[in-house]
Amino acid sequence: MRLYAAVARGSFRRYATYRAATWAGVFTNTVFGFFIAYTYRALWEIRPHLGGYDLGAALTYVWLGQSLMVPVAAMGGGIQDDLEARITSGDIAVDLYRPVDQQGWWLAADLGRAGYHLLSRGVLPLAVGALFFRLRMPAGGAAEAALTWAGFLASLVLAVVVSFALRYMASLTGFWLLDARGVRQVTAVLGMFFSGFLLPLTLLPPALGAVAQHLPWAGMVQIPEDVFLQRRTGGALLSGLALQLLWALVLLGAGRLVQRAAAAKVVVQGG
Amino acid sequence: MAEQRAVPAALPAPAGLPARIYEALRVYALVARMWLRASLAYRTSFWLTTIGNAVTSGLDFAVIAIMFLHTSALGGWTLPQVAFLYGTSGATLGLADLAVGSLDQLGQRVRDGSVDTVLVRPAAALAQLGADRFALRRTGRVVQSLLVLAWAVSRLHLDWTAGRLLVTAVLLVCGSVIFGSVFVAGAAFQFFATDAAEVQNSVTYGGATMLQYPPTIYARDLVRGVVYGVPLAFVNWLPALYVLGLPDPLGLPGWFRFASPVAALVCATAAGLAWRAGLRAYRSTGS
Repeated sequence: MRLYAAVARGSFRRYATYRAATWAGVFTNTVFGFFIAYTYRALWEIRPHLGGYDLGAALTYVWLGQSLMVPVAAMGGGIQDDLEARITSGDIAVDLYRPVDQQGWWLAADLGRAGYHLLSRGVLPLAVGALFFRLRMPAGGAAEAALTWAGFLASLVLAVVVSFALRYMASLTGFWLLDARGVRQVTAVLGMFFSGFLLPLTLLPPALGAVAQHLPWAGMVQIPEDVFLQRRTGGALLSGLALQLLWALVLLGAGRLVQRAAAAKVVVQGG
Repeated sequence: MAEQRAVPAALPAPAGLPARIYEALRVYALVARMWLRASLAYRTSFWLTTIGNAVTSGLDFAVIAIMFLHTSALGGWTLPQVAFLYGTSGATLGLADLAVGSLDQLGQRVRDGSVDTVLVRPAAALAQLGADRFALRRTGRVVQSLLVLAWAVSRLHLDWTAGRLLVTAVLLVCGSVIFGSVFVAGAAFQFFATDAAEVQNSVTYGGATMLQYPPTIYARDLVRGVVYGVPLAFVNWLPALYVLGLPDPLGLPGWFRFASPVAALVCATAAGLAWRAGLRAYRSTGS
């Protein structure tokens, strides 16, 4: 456990080193936040309660979505760059000899990264959004607000784990395809659309929307958003977290099987 | 080392601007062809990324289509009219990205020192770096956007006069030049800020996202910034007002609708100057 904590800390500090990249990223997320917020406003002014969100909730949805984009990495990224580079170059063979669980190692690294990105690229765009638009922060009494924040943080951690589990498997396809970019592109598309990042899933055609609500991607953006907006409280909050946890366990388990098959395939060339 | 020093002497610098442009294009084509062959070595990945590119940009249109499931007009524009904006925005960005999109890797190359390799070769650095990692998969976005544009045209029921056709054709060319200039200027900026590559995404991809929607939905100050700051409005908003026969919500001079070539020329010149300044300021990392 101490080892994984150290890996996570190291990863956090590594991403924190690139200050200019962080500022550039905050700037870009903020600019996109403005553009998308205007399109949402145009739509919600015509249909004020579309998909069960009022204008304030819809605008909060946009800005929180921009804040979650990089930490949760529903569209791919994070540790994938490093992992894929090591698979392509063959350095992964060295990793496999280390007396440490590979999946656990990379998960710790990704959690450390997500932690840094949440504090930098998560908080700042949301703050700018709140400055220019009327956003909805968790409301109610102290207990209610605290419960919402606690539920939101739990949902966020699970969102990163589910996202990691999928990205890890996508990168491991590099053992067979040699170049995992194609698979990565496909997973990015699925992640963008089915996470609810582009539009709340309640706006999709009903049948598609109902299915999408139960897929793993819903746990990356839609569920944390709804917890934050207090659309999921009480039983709905618990069922949302349970769905995320279930997918996390299933996908991590599947990832272990893929990892075992991949490790068996490694040919160490030496020299 | 001896050969490297011998090269400039053996290869006289081409004289005159046309000769230099021809030479740069030749270098570009050579490097692009090499990367094309390299990318086709992994065929599965090539096709997945190409299709994936088309689908990724297509999702933006899916969002617009879903919005129009819930409304008949957005900012006073109908779906075919917005689709015209979408198609032109995507196609021009896609063409620019195909031609010089690789330049956004420049910061990375400055950091790892591989720009030096480019500079010692007796060929235009911009042509070499622009064609670097030339990715045919980026045609995915262009094809998908042109399909949406064709659909928009079929649904708009416009009287396709010579003027409308000409303005649409000029739009596609000048729009690509404007976006291409942004890529070049962004790359020049990376000589100074090597790991701030993402800032230029906000102008390129962010700008293209903005241009997919009618100018009427944005705040006036934002629109003004897009006309007079980075002149993205000349990519498609202003020519589209003429083609679609819509009144100007921006209160700009009427001839602005036809001024895209001027805007493209100004952008290209500015980007060229920025590139030269960046190249002059370049200090190798020594690695």
